[in-house]
Amino acid sequence: MTVSFSKNIKLTLAFTAALAGTLAMTTAAHARDQIQIVGSSTVFPFSTAVAETFGQNTKFKTPVVESTGSGGGMKLFCEGVGEATPDITNSSRRIKESEFRRCVEKGVTPVEVKIGFDGIVLGSAKGGITLALTQEQIFRALAKQIPVDGKLVANPNKMWSDVDASLPNVKIEVLGPPPTSGTRDAFVELAMESGALKFEMLAALRKEDKKAFKKVAHAVREDGAYVEAGENDNLIVQKLEANKNAVGIFGFSFLDQNSEKLTAATVEGNEPEFEKIAAGEYPISRSLFFYLKKEHVGVIPGIEEFIAEFTNEDTWGEEGYLADKGLIPLPEEDRETIAGDAKSLKPLAM
Amino acid sequence: MTDIAPENMGDGTTVTRLRHHSPERRARTAKRFAAERRFKYLGLSAVLLAAAFLVLLLWTVVGNALPAFTAHYVKVPLDLTTEKLTKENAADFNYRKIVRAGFGGLFPDVKKRREKRSLNKLVSSGAAIAARWEVSDNLDWVGTKAEVLLPLSDTADLYFKDLLGDLSRPESERTISDKEIAWLKELDEQGRIERTWNTIFFSNGASRESEMAGIWGAVVGSFLTLIVTLALSFPVGVAGAIYLEEFAPKNRLTDLIEVNINNLAAVPSIVFGLLGLGIFINGVDFGWFTLGGGSPRSAALTGGMVLALMTLPTMIIASRAAIKSVPPSIREAALGVGASKIQTVFHHVLPLAMPGVLTGSIIGMARALGETAPLLMIGMVAFIVDIPGSLSDPATVLPVQIYMWADFPEIGFQQKTAAATLILLGFLVLMNGLAVVLRSKFERRW
Repeated sequence: MTVSFSKNIKLTLAFTAALAGTLAMTTAAHARDQIQIVGSSTVFPFSTAVAETFGQNTKFKTPVVESTGSGGGMKLFCEGVGEATPDITNSSRRIKESEFRRCVEKGVTPVEVKIGFDGIVLGSAKGGITLALTQEQIFRALAKQIPVDGKLVANPNKMWSDVDASLPNVKIEVLGPPPTSGTRDAFVELAMESGALKFEMLAALRKEDKKAFKKVAHAVREDGAYVEAGENDNLIVQKLEANKNAVGIFGFSFLDQNSEKLTAATVEGNEPEFEKIAAGEYPISRSLFFYLKKEHVGVIPGIEEFIAEFTNEDTWGEEGYLADKGLIPLPEEDRETIAGDAKSLKPLAM
Repeated sequence: MTDIAPENMGDGTTVTRLRHHSPERRARTAKRFAAERRFKYLGLSAVLLAAAFLVLLLWTVVGNALPAFTAHYVKVPLDLTTEKLTKENAADFNYRKIVRAGFGGLFPDVKKRREKRSLNKLVSSGAAIAARWEVSDNLDWVGTKAEVLLPLSDTADLYFKDLLGDLSRPESERTISDKEIAWLKELDEQGRIERTWNTIFFSNGASRESEMAGIWGAVVGSFLTLIVTLALSFPVGVAGAIYLEEFAPKNRLTDLIEVNINNLAAVPSIVFGLLGLGIFINGVDFGWFTLGGGSPRSAALTGGMVLALMTLPTMIIASRAAIKSVPPSIREAALGVGASKIQTVFHHVLPLAMPGVLTGSIIGMARALGETAPLLMIGMVAFIVDIPGSLSDPATVLPVQIYMWADFPEIGFQQKTAAATLILLGFLVLMNGLAVVLRSKFERRW
């Protein structure tokens, strides 16, 4: 037995060595023929849907889509030009000036394509707590410090009824995304900041010292009333079902997909509905983008065709399949201009 | 068992003799026995608690997963007589219109645009692709009218599986409308609905439509990745272990290496991902030359290399332990009859250590199979539809697929998540089972 076993070992070793050798060889130059997309986790569900359809309907390979977050995607995207860098990055906010400068320094010419809107909702389980909120009340309920009698004090509100008498006498429990999330960025910017501006004291502070104002307006309370629930929105939905008094913060597409389980708070009297977000009436909504690398067009096959698929009416139009996934389409005129700009690869100027 | 009373010694003194069965002694013994029993039950309850959690986990996973293994299909008459469709282009043809017309033809009364739209949503948006597969498998259908089984949409499928919750709720609180239910019932009455084994789930790659999403892409990706991991870490690990155990001089340097290997085995796996990103993909720029770099992002090759780095310490430690357990008398006997050092190692020590080495390797591979964190850094946590055909193709692995499905909002993905978990658990049990079999079959006790 020993003899045959030792033969086997030699064979195994030779085999694995040969395998390792072939591995090393396949690493050598292999031109990329597949689009690489990185970026926002909010845009991810839409981007993947387009990528899949694109792969099915064209002769090109299906693009690879990674969910790295808007900031992470931008970092990879602006790394430079060449096969090793992604061709497209998704973003749930506009590119920052610092990011744009970094891109230009590295020789990258980004082309901006705005794809639609996303609403951020404060949802709760059906049959649970229902809220009608104003932005000021959101700030009062969730800010770390709020002004009381002209002074900033640690948020004393324990019940929703402490925030406003019209709200139910229920403990404030909010499950929301952590600071690394783009949804959180958008929420503090759109809901909390405009809520903070309703206080004269904070509005005055903003005029004097923008940074100090942002520090107050963007600080979410840390005393247990706001629970960071991680990036997984499905988990938030499950937790809301278990706790009928809790409120969760998540993207509109989750509300849309779970409409039989969830209901959402109105903000400034507007329900987070498809039409109201599209019309800009629902205040907590943001634009979604993707950026493509002009230098890669013609080098990596299929980029132009991918843009054509994305900006097709069947895709991002009012009755397109992205609307089924929860994307709120742009107004028709905007779609036409943006599709035209994207097609002509108009470079972004800032 | 009688107690002995104090004994009179006859000279006016009494002596009390301690016997085994004195009341104090018995009380103490009883106390010790009670402590032992308590400890035994404590241990037992710990085991039972762990088992209960395991059963609970398996119960929920299996319960959630079972519906995903079957799927509902609808038999649609497809008119394949159009001139544009030939046997040559059947595999590239876009069947969207044919499917729409065929399915719409089952409900000639539905004419309004809006109604048609919601009717068409009952069939999967991947139905056109499914039709392409079916027709290219049955080329003689071209030019005829054929009844083809096409997947239903996730909502319709979940309706037939009764997983849409309470349907007596008002229409606005459901994902399925009364009209859609009526259409589905009509199809069912016509005998057009069939529940079959979900072949799509086992043969397809990732998809954004839960009914078209499959595990095969991830299984192939996991396989390719593990091949690379094994091919790199097994020879290097075993060779390293042999050197350290049989050839290396005992000095400070080897001690340092040993300590470092033990430490590396405990390093969080994400660190290896960062290392992989830095060295394999980006490369370290030293100015006059670049170390590494150029590995494709998201590819099984890069993933396998990163996981090989991660498994290597475990592999070396397990192999060393196995080599160490071979008694020195075997080596001495071999050297005694004139074998060289290398002959001793390869003819005697290594074969005897092999069961242990293989067990260690399999357990290391099983750990690599379950990893996601290091792959996050090198772009393997990605939506990849095409099934990888080579090591440099973008690929994903099973645990990543589970993680991604858990994050998708569509209800249909909840069952897919559980089903994929079950498959991953199955592979892990299989690998660990193989390790157990190898050990019990080849292990030698000295």
